[in-house]
Amino acid sequence: MLSLRGKRVIVIGDRDGVPGPAIEVCLRAAGAEVVHAVTECFV
Amino acid sequence: MAAIHGIAYILAHVPDLVRYGSKPYREAVQNPTWLEVFEPHLRTSEAARSYLPHQVFIGAESPEVLKATPRPWHRHLAEPVSRGRWGWIIEEPLVYALLRAADVAQLVWLEPSFEDQARDLLASHPLTQALTWSQPAPRPRGPNEVGGVLPLQWGNRLVGAVRGDHQTDEALTAGVLLENLLSKVTGYLAIQALRALLPDYPWGALPYLIGTGEEAIGDRYQRGGGNLAKAVAHMASLQQATGCDVKAFCAAPIHAIPIAAGLVDSGIYPHVVLFGGGCLAKLGMKVLSHLRADMPILEDVLGAFAMWVGPDQPGTAHIRREAVGRHPVGAGAQPQAIYEALVADPLRRVGLTMRDIDRFGVEMHNPDITEPAGGGDIPRTNYRTLAALSIYHGEASRHELDALVDRWSYPGFSPTQGHVAAAVPALGWILEEFRNHGAGRAMLVAKGSLFLGRMTPQSDGSSVLLEAQ
Repeated sequence: MLSLRGKRVIVIGDRDGVPGPAIEVCLRAAGAEVVHAVTECFV
Repeated sequence: MAAIHGIAYILAHVPDLVRYGSKPYREAVQNPTWLEVFEPHLRTSEAARSYLPHQVFIGAESPEVLKATPRPWHRHLAEPVSRGRWGWIIEEPLVYALLRAADVAQLVWLEPSFEDQARDLLASHPLTQALTWSQPAPRPRGPNEVGGVLPLQWGNRLVGAVRGDHQTDEALTAGVLLENLLSKVTGYLAIQALRALLPDYPWGALPYLIGTGEEAIGDRYQRGGGNLAKAVAHMASLQQATGCDVKAFCAAPIHAIPIAAGLVDSGIYPHVVLFGGGCLAKLGMKVLSHLRADMPILEDVLGAFAMWVGPDQPGTAHIRREAVGRHPVGAGAQPQAIYEALVADPLRRVGLTMRDIDRFGVEMHNPDITEPAGGGDIPRTNYRTLAALSIYHGEASRHELDALVDRWSYPGFSPTQGHVAAAVPALGWILEEFRNHGAGRAMLVAKGSLFLGRMTPQSDGSSVLLEAQ
C-alpha cells in the first residue's frame, strides 16, 4: 500500500474522468501536500 | 414550437495538412526531420473512406455494425464510400480547390498545372458546382512573404500555397488564415450537404445562420471577432441571410440549439441554420501516441455539420424549451454535478426520469484515437456516469448499469475535432430512429473545457431534450 502522508503531489485531473479538485480532496485526506492541482481536457 | 428538421455532416480528408495541426507543427519546429517520421503513417484516401467510424459519421454504415466490429477499427476496413445518407467524405484536392474559391483576399495561390484540375473538381462535385474564381492569385514570393507562407502539398506534389496578409499582425499569419479558410470551406460544404438533404426548404429566404466552430477570425484589433456565419452565407449565395457565431468551446453547437429555437419560437426568424466548420489545429493532436503505437494517423479529417431549425412538423425533432440543461457557476465540476445540472435537473422540470430517454448523445470521440493516448473510451465513460447517476437516483438497480449503457449508447465514431465530437455527431442517428419509430426521446449533452483559455477555472456544458414529432 502506498502511503501519501507527507508526500508532495501534483494532481492532473481529467475533464471526462475525475477532475483535479476531487482528486485533491482525496489526497489531502490521505495526508498528502497537494502543491498543484489542475483539470485538463485530453480530447 | 421549434424543431430540428435535419442534419448533414462532412469529413474532409486532408492528410497533407496534418503537418499544420498544432501538435505536429510544434514538433516539426523543434525537429524539422520529424515530418519524415510521421509521413509514412498518413492514410490514403481509400483507407479513410473505408474506415467504419467515418462511414457511421456520414450515415453510410450503422452504429450497430461498428459496435459488432472488433477493435481497433483501423485494422478492419470496409469497402470505401464517399457518401452516406446524411454526409460526405471529401478528398484533399477538392478541399484545395475550395480554398481558392473561398479566398476573397488573394491569399491562396494554386500551382498553374493544378489550377484547371481544381476548377474541374469543383465543377464535377454535386456540392461545389456553383463555385469558381476569375483571377489567379499571385505566386507568393517565398519564405520572406509578408505574414509567412504555407505550402499546400498533395502527396509529393506542390499544388499551391497560402500566404499571410500583414507584416506584424499575429492574427493574419498564413497559419491562422489557413485555419480560418478551412473552417469556412468545410462549413460551406456542410451547408451544401444539408441543402442536398432538404432541397425543398426555403433556402432562398433563409434569414439567419449561427456558426459554432472553433476558429477565431479577426485581425489584431479583434482577434476572434468572428462571424464566419455571414462569410459562409455569402459563399453559399444565401442572399437573404445574415448571422453570427456562438462561442462556447466544444459545447457551442448545443448552446446554439436553444438560441435558434428561441429565435424560431419568438417569431424573430422562421428558420435558422446552425453549422460548425472543421478545426485545422486539432489535426494530429494525438500524433505522438499514434506513432508510438505504430498505427495510422487517424486525426487527418476535418469534421463539420449543419442543421436546420424551424417550426414543428411531422418527422422533425421537437426541442423541449422547458427542459434545456445548463451548467451554472455554482454547480461544481465533478462529473456527477455536471450531469445533475445537464441531465437530471432539466428532466425533473418536465416530470421525466433518465429511464424515459431512449438515446443520449454524449462526447462521441472515437476510442481508436483516444485509447492509444491513454484517454480511454470517452463515450463509454460518459454513458457509465449517466447510468450510475440514474442508479444513484433510485431509477434503476445496480445490476442494470450495463443494460442502461447498451440502451442509451452509440459507440464513439467521431473525429476529435472539438465541437464535432460533443453530442452533435449522434443527432443524425437519433433523427433516423425518430423517423423509423415515429416516436422517441433523446438528449444531447455536451461539455466544454472553458478552463483551457485561462480565464476561469470553470468547466461548462449544455443539453437539449428532443422528442419525435
